[in-house]
Amino acid sequence: MDVDGGGVSAVATGDRTIPIHSGRHEAFYQFTQQKLPACKPVLTPSWVISIFLLMGTIFIPIGLVTLHASQSVVEVVDRYDIECIPEAFKSNKLGYIKDSSIPKNCSRFLKVYKRMKAPIYIYYQLDNYYQNHRRYVKSRNDQQLLHGLKYNDTSSCKPEQTNNGLPIVPCGLIAWSLFNDTYKFIRGASELKVNRKNIAWKSDRDHKFGKHVYPFNFQNGTLIGGGKLDPRIHLSDQEDLIVWMRTAALPSFRKLYGRIEEDLNADDVIVVNLMNNYNTYSFGGKKKLVLSTSSWLGGKNDFLGVAYISVGSSCIFVCFVFILLHMKYPRPYGGHNLFVLEQERHL
Amino acid sequence: MPESSRRTTKGKIRWSKLYNFTCLRPSTADSVVHLEHLGQPGFSRLVLCNEPQLHKTKPHKYPSNYVSTTKYNVVTFLPKSLFEQFRRVANLYFLLAAVLSFTSLAPFSRISLVAPLVFVIGISMLKEAVEDWHRFLQDLNVNSRTVKARVGNGRFAEKTWRELSVGDVIKVHKNEYFPSDLLFLSSSYEDGICYVETMNLDGETNLKVKRCLEATLGMNEDEELSKFKGTVRCEDPNPNLYTFVGNLEFENESYALCPAQVLLRDSKLRNTDYIYGVVIFSGPDTKAVQNSTRSPSKRSRIEKKMDLVIYLLFSFLFLISLVTAISTAFYLKYEMVEWLYLRLQDDDDPFFNPIKPEVSGFRHFTRALILYGYLIPISLYVSIEVVKVLQTMLINKDIEMYDEVTCKSVRARTSNLNEELGQVEIILSDKTGTLTRNEMEFRKCSIAGTSYGGDIKEVDLAASRRMNTCAETYRCSIDESNTSQSFELSEFSEADIMVTEKAILGGREDGENQSTESPEISTVGKESVIKGFNFTDDRLMNNRWMYRSNLFDVIMFFRVMALCHTGIPVEANQTDKLKYEAESPEEVAFLVASQEFAFQFFRRTQSVMVLKELDPSSGKVVEREYKILHLLEFSSSRKRMSVIVRNKDGQIFLFCKGADSIIFDRLAENGKSYQEATALHLSNYAEDGFRTLAFAYRIIETAEYEHWNSIFSQAKTTIGPERDELLDKASELIEKDLILLGAAAVEDKLQKGVPECIDKLAQAGLKIWLLTGDKKETAVNIGFSCSLLQQDMKQFHICLSKEAETKSQVKAMKEDLLYQIENSYQVMCEECNKDSPFAMVVDGKALEVALTDGVKNQFLQLAVNCAFVICCRVSPKQKALITRLVKEYTGKTTLAIGDGANDVGMIQEADIGIGISGMEGMQAVMASDFSLPQFRFLERLLIVHGHWCYKRISKMILYFVYKNIVLGLTLFYYECYTSFCGEVLYDDWYLVLFNVILTSLPVISLGVLEQDVSSEICLQFPSLYKQGPKNIYFAWKRIIGWILNGVVASLIIFLANIYMLSSAAFRQQGEVSDVAHLGGITFTCIIWTVNCQIALVISHFTFIQHLFIWGSILSWYIFLLVYGALPPAYSKKGFHLFMEAIGSAPVYWMITLIVTVVSLLPYFMHIVIQRLFYPLDDHILQEMKYCKKESINNQAWQREQSNSRKSTLIGLSARVDARIQYLKEHLHQRTKSIYRSVTSSPLFQ
Repeated sequence: MDVDGGGVSAVATGDRTIPIHSGRHEAFYQFTQQKLPACKPVLTPSWVISIFLLMGTIFIPIGLVTLHASQSVVEVVDRYDIECIPEAFKSNKLGYIKDSSIPKNCSRFLKVYKRMKAPIYIYYQLDNYYQNHRRYVKSRNDQQLLHGLKYNDTSSCKPEQTNNGLPIVPCGLIAWSLFNDTYKFIRGASELKVNRKNIAWKSDRDHKFGKHVYPFNFQNGTLIGGGKLDPRIHLSDQEDLIVWMRTAALPSFRKLYGRIEEDLNADDVIVVNLMNNYNTYSFGGKKKLVLSTSSWLGGKNDFLGVAYISVGSSCIFVCFVFILLHMKYPRPYGGHNLFVLEQERHL
Repeated sequence: MPESSRRTTKGKIRWSKLYNFTCLRPSTADSVVHLEHLGQPGFSRLVLCNEPQLHKTKPHKYPSNYVSTTKYNVVTFLPKSLFEQFRRVANLYFLLAAVLSFTSLAPFSRISLVAPLVFVIGISMLKEAVEDWHRFLQDLNVNSRTVKARVGNGRFAEKTWRELSVGDVIKVHKNEYFPSDLLFLSSSYEDGICYVETMNLDGETNLKVKRCLEATLGMNEDEELSKFKGTVRCEDPNPNLYTFVGNLEFENESYALCPAQVLLRDSKLRNTDYIYGVVIFSGPDTKAVQNSTRSPSKRSRIEKKMDLVIYLLFSFLFLISLVTAISTAFYLKYEMVEWLYLRLQDDDDPFFNPIKPEVSGFRHFTRALILYGYLIPISLYVSIEVVKVLQTMLINKDIEMYDEVTCKSVRARTSNLNEELGQVEIILSDKTGTLTRNEMEFRKCSIAGTSYGGDIKEVDLAASRRMNTCAETYRCSIDESNTSQSFELSEFSEADIMVTEKAILGGREDGENQSTESPEISTVGKESVIKGFNFTDDRLMNNRWMYRSNLFDVIMFFRVMALCHTGIPVEANQTDKLKYEAESPEEVAFLVASQEFAFQFFRRTQSVMVLKELDPSSGKVVEREYKILHLLEFSSSRKRMSVIVRNKDGQIFLFCKGADSIIFDRLAENGKSYQEATALHLSNYAEDGFRTLAFAYRIIETAEYEHWNSIFSQAKTTIGPERDELLDKASELIEKDLILLGAAAVEDKLQKGVPECIDKLAQAGLKIWLLTGDKKETAVNIGFSCSLLQQDMKQFHICLSKEAETKSQVKAMKEDLLYQIENSYQVMCEECNKDSPFAMVVDGKALEVALTDGVKNQFLQLAVNCAFVICCRVSPKQKALITRLVKEYTGKTTLAIGDGANDVGMIQEADIGIGISGMEGMQAVMASDFSLPQFRFLERLLIVHGHWCYKRISKMILYFVYKNIVLGLTLFYYECYTSFCGEVLYDDWYLVLFNVILTSLPVISLGVLEQDVSSEICLQFPSLYKQGPKNIYFAWKRIIGWILNGVVASLIIFLANIYMLSSAAFRQQGEVSDVAHLGGITFTCIIWTVNCQIALVISHFTFIQHLFIWGSILSWYIFLLVYGALPPAYSKKGFHLFMEAIGSAPVYWMITLIVTVVSLLPYFMHIVIQRLFYPLDDHILQEMKYCKKESINNQAWQREQSNSRKSTLIGLSARVDARIQYLKEHLHQRTKSIYRSVTSSPLFQ
């Protein structure tokens, strides 16, 4: 019968001494006796309040900085898939896009509403385009991309593996459906120089696409999905292809087209001469052209900043709520008599 | 020494003749009847004695004496254990998934489906193998015990048990176990009897006499046995302990054998130096082994509920797979067909065939079942197994549960039930060997109306001790409560407490011998020096009884003690004090006591008992002979025992001892002078849990004796069923007109720490049932001495009335019982608002009826509402039956604890079976799930380890469910963004490693090391244990809560990632994210979230937890680095992922931070609100422990403790509390009366 109770006696019985020889023994002993030194954090009101306060004070500034960064990004978006169809073909978009005899060129005017600092990234954006479809994603052959024709098992590239009995390099649906709209940017009278180098990941260029692999037998079939490749340029230099082959995660995605390495001023009007080659009309996909600067956070995306600010401010709010609740209904620390109530509550 | 003692015993007596009744009993005709079966099927066994070599070959080849309890052997291990593994639905599902991974249906690579399964199954099988190996070692230990066996030329040599074979002649020495079933040939006693303790078989503690055949009893030397040749024909092996049919052909004659000639394996030779026997059944054929049933594999309640959770998850999985399949079909039919970049028309991809969307949909369904399989925690089972093994290890290693005396510690024999220990509600306990030591101590006596040996009740002592400590508090509380009277009251209370203490401690009715008080009190509770004697009273000790006034009665009292028994003296080596052996330990205690009082019983021959008595007139020791005329033996119906002796002077005495009620009924008019005082003392003794016997004597006239003797002899020689009745009637004739001498109290020594342990268990809200084979009185005594019964408790005695019993009509008995039960129940209902608890005492015969169909429910209803239930005189089978019925009726977790083979049934039947491994016998231990060396360790096992393990396992399972939902659902959400085509967001390796490395260790550390409060606090606040039986940590509310938490967390993680990473560039260089980046970042968030979540769950961080949690997160980054550094042929999309793309993007880190925090917020808010406003018991204790740093507030601590005790009805502290209450009231009244007298006195006015 432990009548005197209390922590003192508990400690006394707890430290039952056993001859201990070395530190390691002691640790093992403590482990087996489940008496390893441990920190036992207890959520006390002060902890709770300070945790929320701390989160609030950290998150709100982060949110503000993030939001500011995102706001500083200037983004010009232009959807052109519908506008670029001549009036005559408005009702027969498919006919327009499939007829190769019709010239596909089209001009768009982009107004820069705010000064854009170089580098300005040019993206094309496709919506409702399921690049992440399983059948699509699987239809490629990494070995072939790296080693070329030496690697001739292209079964994974179905249904775009061979043509006229010859293997296709690069094979597969992804490469076959290469995006082939092109853009030219003219400001005033001069054409803006678009840098289309270094738009793909370096690791892709160096390790995934062979330097000695050249397109072969590509887009020679009856059904042509998209862009053609210059068979004289090896794959690791075909950055359009490399960018395209990085399949997007979501059905609405942007891909880097190039960079404009000049600043654009506010109220500049940029004429885009584009070739509207790519067929998204058959499945209702949208095409957009995006010009965007970047911040240290990347492109324009307010979500992150807003999330930080709202979480931070709700933390502060919760913190105050707890302070009020604690003042109004103070629960004695260590719970006077609550033990009994607790028992009854659970009976 | 053995040589000499043997000679003396031999020369001395054939004391088996003392058992007058049994000796003259005509041999039962039953066995003869059965003999005709011999040779028939079922009775075909042939044993050639002393020719074991003939039993090594056919046709009489019998199994060896090797006994195996292992589950598997080398050959059967693989198929059997595999079968066991795949009985789990989840494992079967994963097997199916692994098989499907070899078809095109699988969304993952083969390795990622097969490897975890192999790992999981492998670990589980390894565990099985290790457990079985331990069983094997235990078998080995038993099988390599040695015994003396004849090797030829009259020599006996040591042989291991397993080498014995049928036909071997062996010699078993005192206190050894019989290695197999033996035919008893001869013993060290000339009359060919031996004493056997069968506790391991049937739990009966009294010794049983076995008797060999007249024909073989002469062969009691080693040499003589070499000539022995005989043939035994007997029944085939069967589990029936009490029958044996066979005959022995020996020297051309045939003798019938009966159970008295068979010594069973696992029983023990007692009081006999050695015996010779022939092995007739060996190993698996022995009755003990035939009786043992393979322990059923038990699963804990939590695990069963976990199965339901798994089924729930399965149905969830089924549902989302169905959604996926239907959506795919629709997408395929209406949308995908137009996506020319898929070129669906070019070949018929079985998964995407727009012509047959239903077929594709179905294929997607099966595929989705595997894809979302991460909802089902594959590693849950294996983690639980690992955790349980480690928990078991910690339980086994606990030094607090190590018994120095037997050098044994707690053994968890199965690791399946650790958490079940935390949910026990009813404990069914055996008595002998479990609660008690089966040792008796002479403690107190009441001679001629005076009580000796102190008459302080132990409860009062404890109460005064406690009051002493809380005197201060008490005073303070009075101060606070009513300030108006505080002054007077506090003054009085302090003073009065002193007074009461004095009254309690010093109050003696006698008032004499004040000087003896202090030594006497100090001896209370101490171990006595002389075994069986724990008595101090200077009025009797050291022969001072000579100076007592009523000397004759005192002398007679001692004579009853010294003569009325069936014991024999055994010479001790050095001193003149003798040791005794007797049928029951109680008699030994009396003999030892009488020896201490200088009435030494020192020799017994067949007809004479010799005492060395101290003659008070001369002060010298004289030898007195008493001729035994008759011994009327003890039986449970007679409840008394008498001897009729004639002393030298020709006076005939009848000495009688027996239950008080029986003796009181038979007193002469002039023999009642001490009745009142004795009765008072007896009730005091009984309340302290002592076993009491009243002593009486009678002087018989010679003529009366002669007359009676003729009647009695006639009765004895009667043959037939009425014999017993006649004998009873005859003894009634002489056992009357007794003169009461007094009473003696012996303590049935409890095991160390039993009352305290029971007290703690009672505080923890556990109900205790005592199931014993012993008689009712003993059981009730133990109830008192364990404080399970209290004087103010309402006791219901359920037993069959005499008439009903004799009629033995089931219907009448049922009605009788029903009537009793209903009466009791009414009483209970009427008084249920009072807090006086109820107890029920039921005996075996009544139980037999009570457990039949018509009465069962009413009986159980009553029993369950009682705070304490005693079932006495129950057979092993009934024990098991009660256990099962209680388990089924109440649906509560039951724990059975016992030490003998008679408890095996109950141990196996209960949810948890515990065997006491302290003394001897392995049956109970072998059948048990845990073995304890001592009952008292049950307290720590349940209240500390059970509580911990329960919380650990429940937290662990909930967390597991959570983490797999978090992962599994993100896979599903992603499907919604991929037109349900079955694409996986993550790399295969992420998924493989998720359960194996990235999240496994923290949860194991949670399962092994988590402690809500330290073990000391657990023991101080046993009521914390109640959380387990109420199952608040694994209630459906909580399970659903965690599932929702998982759903919410996965939603937050996935949606936040989608929105933050959608379309716009995520790096300064303008790159946009692709599927690998999204996968990597989302997975990082998952890893952080689930690992931080467990950090929120854990409340006890040792360096191990820190290492595992933060190490797991770190290991994810290490994995990313290593994986990214592999050539792209292996790492695929993961190539340079971290280094080149996500690691250097600030967005990645910021997403990780916010997503982790937000996804943990719901849970965090929940625990914050719970802790601040609706704390649970453990939370408060944690707080108290935490804030104790600032203010050591013992008072608060103590108040909590007493509060936690309040609802307890049984146990020592409840009793002490009741006593304190009583004393306080008493005090208060006294204070009032003093106050009144003071105020009303003229002086005051």
